[in-house]
Amino acid sequence: MDQAASATMLHRGEVPAWAVNLGVGIVIAALIPVSISFDKYIDNYVLDVLIRIGVAIILAVSLNLINGITGQFSLGHAGFMALGAYTGGVLLKHYQHQIHGALLPPVFIGVTILGGLVAAIAGLIVGIPTLRLRGDYLAIATLGFGEIITVVLNQIESIGKFEVGGSAGLHNIPHVTNFFWTYAWVVICVVVIARLVYSAKGKPFFAVREDEIAAAAMGIDTTYYKVAAFVIGAFFAGVAGVLSATLSGNLDPGDFNFVKSIVIVVMVVLGGSGSITGSVLAAILLTYLPEQLRAFEDWRLVIYALLLIVMMLVRPEGLLGNRELWWKRKTAMV
Amino acid sequence: MALLEIKNLGIEFRGLRALSGFNFALDQGELVGLIGPNGAGKTTVFNIVTGVYRPTAGDVLLDGKSIAGMKPFRVNRRGIARTFQNIRLFGGLSVLDNVLIGFNQSVAHGFLGTLVRSRRQQMEERLHEEEAIELLRTFDLVDRLHDSARTLAYGPQRRLEIARALATRPKVLMLDEPAAGMNPQEKMDLMELIGAVRRKFNVGIWLIEHDMKLVMSVCQRMTVLDHGETISVGTPQQVQDDPKVIEAYLGKAEV
Repeated sequence: MDQAASATMLHRGEVPAWAVNLGVGIVIAALIPVSISFDKYIDNYVLDVLIRIGVAIILAVSLNLINGITGQFSLGHAGFMALGAYTGGVLLKHYQHQIHGALLPPVFIGVTILGGLVAAIAGLIVGIPTLRLRGDYLAIATLGFGEIITVVLNQIESIGKFEVGGSAGLHNIPHVTNFFWTYAWVVICVVVIARLVYSAKGKPFFAVREDEIAAAAMGIDTTYYKVAAFVIGAFFAGVAGVLSATLSGNLDPGDFNFVKSIVIVVMVVLGGSGSITGSVLAAILLTYLPEQLRAFEDWRLVIYALLLIVMMLVRPEGLLGNRELWWKRKTAMV
Repeated sequence: MALLEIKNLGIEFRGLRALSGFNFALDQGELVGLIGPNGAGKTTVFNIVTGVYRPTAGDVLLDGKSIAGMKPFRVNRRGIARTFQNIRLFGGLSVLDNVLIGFNQSVAHGFLGTLVRSRRQQMEERLHEEEAIELLRTFDLVDRLHDSARTLAYGPQRRLEIARALATRPKVLMLDEPAAGMNPQEKMDLMELIGAVRRKFNVGIWLIEHDMKLVMSVCQRMTVLDHGETISVGTPQQVQDDPKVIEAYLGKAEV
């Protein structure tokens, strides 16, 4: 039987793009009243966990673009996050008395994007020389990058009149982020990356992962796509950094060491390398779970680790493997 | 002026001469063979032409312009597509996606169009899908569109690799032992298919093959390599009767 006589049949029953675009807009707009009522009625602790889940989703999905989809094993994601976090934290702390009221939202948007851009530039700088490396060697080089960031941040007390904090950390950063800011970025991050990779323009990301030599023979500039993955991934990691810095109000260089990078890698692997919805699920699960396990106190991390081991034994391909929860045809990935 | 012209091509690996004085010309619509025993340097020629290796001597011209030493992706964009001796498909991706990736250079819309899923982007993607399905129909793979390439049997994998190469809209198609590992019936079918591709897409096809009998039946001309040297050039008949070729394949006749 012909599975598909023509492309028109492939698209039967698909929601038109304008409707989806409208839907995305509505979802983001709807976050505003949701956020306001959350601030009012929801317990601070729960809200805190929800926001941390949002940050984790951004981190996992953006790392998935690099590790899972493009197949470039990076252990430096916390480094990119740190650059964003410190860019946002330092600026917002320094100018906190000048910015308030109606000025705050646009400034915060600007600072968040700036944090993302700083991380993205770092992604470009790190990307170009290290992308000659493959597999384990790339992992070690990116691990090194992340550690350099931590060490440098430990040493810098201040840049000019801007306080950075050094090893003592940076404290009293204004708590600007809320449910709305975080989940607006979650939606943007997921939509941008999903649309990018599940489109004609983005298919080469998968091709690079599958076989670099064949990809090049198909006219794909593999270096361009690898660097693009690093730059885009780093941008969203930087954004996540700004969000988390303005959630807790405190920054410590140690928060961004390789353990943090590994936690994000675990999310990607657990969700299924290459599956965006898988990363979302794993980010939710792995942020929520440790909270629930607080009742077990000292055993918390042991149980967490055991769950991971069991998971990898039972489902080594991750929760969703290479699939997505929805837009099934679009993926056509097995 | 030929479409693809190779002049006095040579390469040395740390002093080891793997290929020397190689000359060749291919025109649009031609089907030409490159044969020779194991280790003769056939794949080395392909790897130089497609930019995997940089030649140490000579030049490769496509449409009269030198492409020697260019990166593989640039060579492909100039109009040369290839398949590999050990199949290199995007195994985890679907059959359809493998071909769609071949169209990547024809994507005209920008990143912004992709992010908002503009009309133009969707039109273009559908057009490419139509085209990909048409191409897969030619290669008898249309009922496997959504299966991952890895799950195909050997013969269909070889066919898919050729389809994917054609998706890049090449002027020259280089096939590195496309019939390797196939049974005699599959080989015959494949050669028929290659002949049909030459007529339908009007590309110049350059083919590496071990099996003399097989290439004899389809190629118009052929080059025979042995130890990196060209030992014979001509029509299948001429090459077949050349004592040097017989010697390379069967060894020197006892006197």
